[in-house]
Order: sequence, then structure tokens, then C-alpha cells
Amino acid sequence: MKRLLPALGGALALLCATPGAAREADPANSLYHLDAKLTSQAGQVQGLDLYRGHPVLVTMFYGSCQATCPLIIDTLRATERALDAERRAPLRVLLISFDPERDTAAALRDIAATRHIDTTRWTLAWADTATVRSIAALLNVQYRKLPSGEFSHSTQIVLLSPQGEIQASTALLGHADPALLAQLGQSTK
Amino acid sequence: MRRVAAMLALAGLSGLAPALAATNAGRAHVPGGSFETVLPPAAGVKTATVQAFDMDRTPVTNGAYARFLVSHPEWRRDRVARVFADAGYLQHWRDAASPGESLARQPVTHVSWFAAKAYCETQGARLPTWYEWERVSAASATRADARDDPAWRQSILDWYARPASEPLPDAGLTSPNYFGVRDVHGVVWEWVLDLGSMMVSADNREQGDPDLQKFCGSGALSLEQKENYAMLMRIATLSSMQASFTSSTMGFRCVAGGGAAP
Repeated sequence: MKRLLPALGGALALLCATPGAAREADPANSLYHLDAKLTSQAGQVQGLDLYRGHPVLVTMFYGSCQATCPLIIDTLRATERALDAERRAPLRVLLISFDPERDTAAALRDIAATRHIDTTRWTLAWADTATVRSIAALLNVQYRKLPSGEFSHSTQIVLLSPQGEIQASTALLGHADPALLAQLGQSTK
Repeated sequence: MRRVAAMLALAGLSGLAPALAATNAGRAHVPGGSFETVLPPAAGVKTATVQAFDMDRTPVTNGAYARFLVSHPEWRRDRVARVFADAGYLQHWRDAASPGESLARQPVTHVSWFAAKAYCETQGARLPTWYEWERVSAASATRADARDDPAWRQSILDWYARPASEPLPDAGLTSPNYFGVRDVHGVVWEWVLDLGSMMVSADNREQGDPDLQKFCGSGALSLEQKENYAMLMRIATLSSMQASFTSSTMGFRCVAGGGAAP
């Protein structure tokens, strides 16, 4: 039942969703045209543009993943560490879960605590299935829910400009992608 | 637990005679059931199960899509955000609001997944999932699953041999299949809701050898029924498309009911 209410809310939000919800000034290629509703680890409901005005690294994951997902967080950290303080300061990180059933705000809060994530600069968020579908499509992330409840998925770390345009994208895990860093050097100047 | 109960209920239903009655003028009722899929849900699992749903009898036409644009002008080709549809979006229309008389009854093409999804949602519907589409596409005129019939398979393959430069036929001219759905084969490719889940490994020989770098979890899917070329071509086409892409041969239809979230 607890599941049902957000699901219904999500369905209603989706019926009303139009691409016109973004700001007029957003570039045509901005992902912020998507009218999405994300719920953070703090339980706060925000749009995909919650870090508007900042360069932001966006990726998708699911909390119960044992293999690649811890590595995603490590890779994001490595990317941050590779930047000097001046470039690191404006950067934000957004991790969006594939798994609205298990990655509730409380579950995301646990992950943030366990992994010592600085939630003043990073957000972990869940969204309903329909929203996850659209965000994954925009980020070109492929994913599939398995009968076991696990997810099989491709991994992309996407750098968005302060206006929500994709500036770089990498599937490299384990260490910071030099191409991404080069782009970050420019976008955080 | 709820999932298990639902699957048991479906298993019971699939034994019943299919109801062919239309639920409304535009959609055909497709009973739920299990079938062998070309896209196994997981390693060692060959069957997919869908709940009952209602599917548009024909693909959405240019005329119907133009009516949608009247109430949703943000999807006109001169207003759509490029992030949702590439430069080819509706470029074959006479103008931004109208396809022109000659195209009105043809299936709409040059539409992105985002646009197709938005259209269906305004109809209180959604795009079909791959498994829903696959279930309907397995039907001949007389059998719910005719995939073991070589003559039927050949008739579908013949479509692929026709040059893509031929103009599209009007929607609804082919015979209805077992479920009362037309134009499933032989007219256009069709978007599916779970486009992003068609993760077919570039090299399908690496079965059971998950490429952890790219795919977390069980890795890429392996394909079954390699003799079913028509289905495999469809999967290859869909998995090569990103959600903002458009093409002259990619259209869509909507479904209502069933188990999937929009």
C-alpha cells in the first residue's frame, strides 16, 4: 500500500507532464526540459534540475547492487578528487536509482551514511518507474529489471552543463575518465 | 509475494479461450499469458509473462497525430525541444501542423520515442512493452502463436525484402491477426515502452560472460530462436535507436491496461 500511493502520484504527474515545463531560456538540448519528479535521500521532492546553475555529474544505479554500483560511487569520488579545489567547489553529483521499490528515501539515506557521502553536494534520489524510463532514455542508459528484482544495466557518468546539456559521458569505471576531467576543467572555470 | 500471486493468476487465465471482443472501437483485447520469448528475461528463463491488455488495432496515423498536436502544440516540429526529437522529426509533413491529405491515413513515422510516449499518455494509454508487442506479433490470422509455422515466418520475411523506398500503405489494410490487430508485420517498425531494456550484447557469443564494465548485474541479454530472423531484425533495429531518434520507417501504436507503468 505504501508503494501504491507514490505510484499513483507518479502516474498522475506523468499524465500532466509536458516538455514545456522547463524554463523558456533552456537550450533545446537541455535535459531540464523533462518534467521529472525526484525524491532525495532527505525526502525532498525536486526536478531533474535540482542542481541547475552547477555543472553536475549524473549517473544511475540501484542501492542493493553488489558489483558495479559501489564502484560507481568510487569513480565519482575519484573524478572529484582529480579536480583542484576551485573546480571541485561548484560541482554537484546526482545519483538516480532504477529501483523505486527498494531505494526509498530511508534506504538512500543509509547508503549516504554508510558511504560517507556529503549530501550538501551530492544527492541520491529515486523516481517512479515512468520517470526512470525517461531519464535513462535521456542519459542513454540501458537497464532491465530481472525476475530476481536485481537490475542489469549499463553505466554512464554524464556531465551536464549548468543549463542541463550533456557535455561529456563516460562508461569508464574505477578511475576518473581523462576526457571527462578535461571537460570539467572547462565547465568549472 | 504480490508478484507470485499475480503470476499464478495469469497462469490460470492463459488456459482459458481468448476473448476476441474489442473493448472499444480502436483497441483489441489481448489475453494475458506466457510464451517463449526471443529476448529471455534472465539467464535460464525462456518464457515471458504478460497481463491482459488492449492494443490499438492499427498503428497511429499522421491524421491522428496531427489532432494530438492541436491540443499539445509543444510537440509540433517547430516547437519541440531537440532533446526529445531529432532534426528529422515530422520532416515529411507538409507543414508543422498538418501532414497533408496524401499522408493522413498512413502510419505516422519520423516520430521519436519521447513523442510516441507522450501521444499515448494523452490517450490514457502507453506504448506497449516489448513482451506485449512480441506476444501480439507471434500471431497469424488463425493462431495465437504461429512462430513454428515456416510458411508464416516466410510471409513476414518477404516484407523485409521489399525496398524501403516504397511509399507506406495506409494503416489498417493488412488482415487482422488472431487477436484482431493489424499491420503488426509488413508496414512499419514500432516503438516499445522499454526501449532502454533491449541491451543486446554487440557480440552475442559471449553468453554467460557478463561484460561487467558495461552491464552491471547479469550482463547483456542473449537472444533465443535464432531462426526467427524477423524478430531478431526488429530487436536489432530497436536497440540501434536512441529515444530522440526518428526514422522514416519507425511508427508506433498504444496499449491500455496490462501491468506496466507508463
